[in-house]
Amino acid sequence: MTASLRLRAAVVSIVLLAVFLGAWHLATRSTGTTATMSPEYAKLMGLTATQGKSAMPGPLDVGVKLWEHLKRPFYDNGPNDKGLGIQLAFSLGRVMLGYLIAVAIAIPLGFLIGMSPLMSKALDPFIQILKPISPLAWMPLALYTIKDSSLSAIFVIFICSVWPMLINTAFGVASVRKEWINVARTLEVGNFRRAFTVILPAAAPTILTGMRISIGIAWLVIVAAEMLVGGTGIGYFVWNEWNNLSITNVIIAILLIGLVGMALDQILARVSRLVTFPE
Amino acid sequence: MSIFDDPFDAEANVNAGCICGQHRSPAEHEHAALALRCEPVALSHEKRYENVVASAVLRAVFPEATTRRAFLKSVGAATALAAVSQFFPLKTATEAFAEAGTPEKKDLKVGFIPITCATPIIMAAPLGFYAKAGLNVEVVKTAGWAVIRDKTINKEYDASHMLAPMPIAISLGLGAQPIPFTVPAIENINGQGIVLAMKHKDKRDPKDWKGMKFAIPFDYSMHNYLLRYYLAEHGIDPDTDVQLRSVPPPEMVANLRADNIDGFLAPDNICQRAIYDGVGFLHILSKEIWDGHPCCSFAASREFITAAPNSFAALTRAIVDATAYAAKAENRKQIAEAIAPANYINAPVTVLEQVLTGTYADGLGGVKTDPKRVDFDPFPWQSFAVWMLTQMKRWGQIKGDVDYKSVAEQIYLATDTRKVMTEMGLTPPKDSYKSFSVMGKPFDPTKPDDYVASFKIKKAS
Repeated sequence: MTASLRLRAAVVSIVLLAVFLGAWHLATRSTGTTATMSPEYAKLMGLTATQGKSAMPGPLDVGVKLWEHLKRPFYDNGPNDKGLGIQLAFSLGRVMLGYLIAVAIAIPLGFLIGMSPLMSKALDPFIQILKPISPLAWMPLALYTIKDSSLSAIFVIFICSVWPMLINTAFGVASVRKEWINVARTLEVGNFRRAFTVILPAAAPTILTGMRISIGIAWLVIVAAEMLVGGTGIGYFVWNEWNNLSITNVIIAILLIGLVGMALDQILARVSRLVTFPE
Repeated sequence: MSIFDDPFDAEANVNAGCICGQHRSPAEHEHAALALRCEPVALSHEKRYENVVASAVLRAVFPEATTRRAFLKSVGAATALAAVSQFFPLKTATEAFAEAGTPEKKDLKVGFIPITCATPIIMAAPLGFYAKAGLNVEVVKTAGWAVIRDKTINKEYDASHMLAPMPIAISLGLGAQPIPFTVPAIENINGQGIVLAMKHKDKRDPKDWKGMKFAIPFDYSMHNYLLRYYLAEHGIDPDTDVQLRSVPPPEMVANLRADNIDGFLAPDNICQRAIYDGVGFLHILSKEIWDGHPCCSFAASREFITAAPNSFAALTRAIVDATAYAAKAENRKQIAEAIAPANYINAPVTVLEQVLTGTYADGLGGVKTDPKRVDFDPFPWQSFAVWMLTQMKRWGQIKGDVDYKSVAEQIYLATDTRKVMTEMGLTPPKDSYKSFSVMGKPFDPTKPDDYVASFKIKKAS
């Protein structure tokens, strides 16, 4: 039953994809009307102007270009032209670094806030104000104070991924069932041991939910951050191709960003399945 | 910099007034330091180093300027030099000092924005001009003018491509705290254009442009000043009659296609790109507003010059060399090919070729030829800086009195460039100021305030 459902879903997916690609192809087909102009003039103009080719690339254009990129993902033609594989690796590296720093700070701090009602109340206004700030709003300030564009990008990743983790950890810790804590207290378990053997496992699913939200946001933000500072990374690739007005390459980048984001999310989903427990 | 003063000069003023004790006031010291660094060297390098070493020794022997003067007066400079060399190995010391003539820092980073204005900076990498000057330069593409400013201030870049008015704005602290910046070379002259959307094909008179929306790349840019000038000369107040927006160049083309703006004054390869894609036509070249106007500059912070004077000189040499090469029409096709790849400008070769060779499609079906559409002349005329300052004042970017001359001379290093050019066997102009006309209106760099006052449309109070 489930197998047949899965099969049917796959068929519907493929049909939807085919319809989408077909519509895309038809919508971007060249009008075929070649403008009348002197051959000398036509030589200086692009295909859009001479052959009425759509400014938007069709799926075939994208496919050809994508194949070109996939054939050599790791080429390096100097500081401003690297293969897509290298660009993605740079972005992932930045995301990982900023994210890990955020994990290292948000989880202990979240524990503190979750376990102490005083700290929870005291820190609440700060968190409430800092949380809704768009991560990119920090960029100029970071560039100005950190004075290093690569570190600034990592800082922006850190600042955007820290809040969901912090809030989820605090919530998870605060809502551990009182009975369990009371049992631990009756058994005279020390504070430290209680935190690691009772609270952490109980709050783990919530913490991981926070981490999963954070990685999604971090991956969203890195593209924008790299577009802003340039240099390396998938965001820079988008900017560089946008500068060239090459929509084909921009679409390819969008596709890859989506795939990598999905992969990151799936990894954390696996991990969170490992720590969930039936109540 | 007082180390380059002649300590053998018995007439030197010894009244302490500045940090080095050589000038009456700190201001005079500043001025002298600037002039000294910029002065053309008549002597060979070796002779100059010898003098520097001898000066240092004499200063060490007689730290008191008054004693030194008394000694020199009694024995004479030649005897003094002979006496000094008696007990100090001048020759060896000079050789050791001459080593410093090589660049202090060989691996440099230079930022650029991917437009044809940056041609000399970019082509110097693939065509080997940096290597020829003994440098290993990495040219780094940068996402925008504000970012290039920040990265240069943060010292991620040793020098960079900037819009000609930007070093002035940074030095004056417009928009941030002031940081002394300099322009040792102008990147390009001409090379911009006003492009309008196809639907305005018949609206060629600027008087009909009221209510239109135009894009410019940056507030402190020649694009902004030239567009404002052009509009104002046609009786359109750029602040009230039209809308000017700061927009990154690729977005200008996209916005023009989307019918979001009516036109733009943009750096080239963007103008030509709009034509190539069939979304706009060239109304006029910026050359028709002011033939020979500067556009982008090669800029470095004063701190970099002080910290690495030899690297700076070598870098300036490479840029001047590349600019001279780019100025020749016969090299332009080769240059277009060299700078087109994704690593550099990342644009179709035919677009760059049209810009650089000056044989281009105008967007209205005609092929035009103007070999000076974009041109290259590195000399940083200080009168250019004065003109930009008059426009900053005219449009209210700077308020109050401006010391036009001193600002221009501190930022536009005409004297240094002249020295480098002479060393390279080129013939730089003798003066640092020249008069020119913008849309037929003559500009006298000695009377900037009268010039500002002469405009009917302006924002300055």
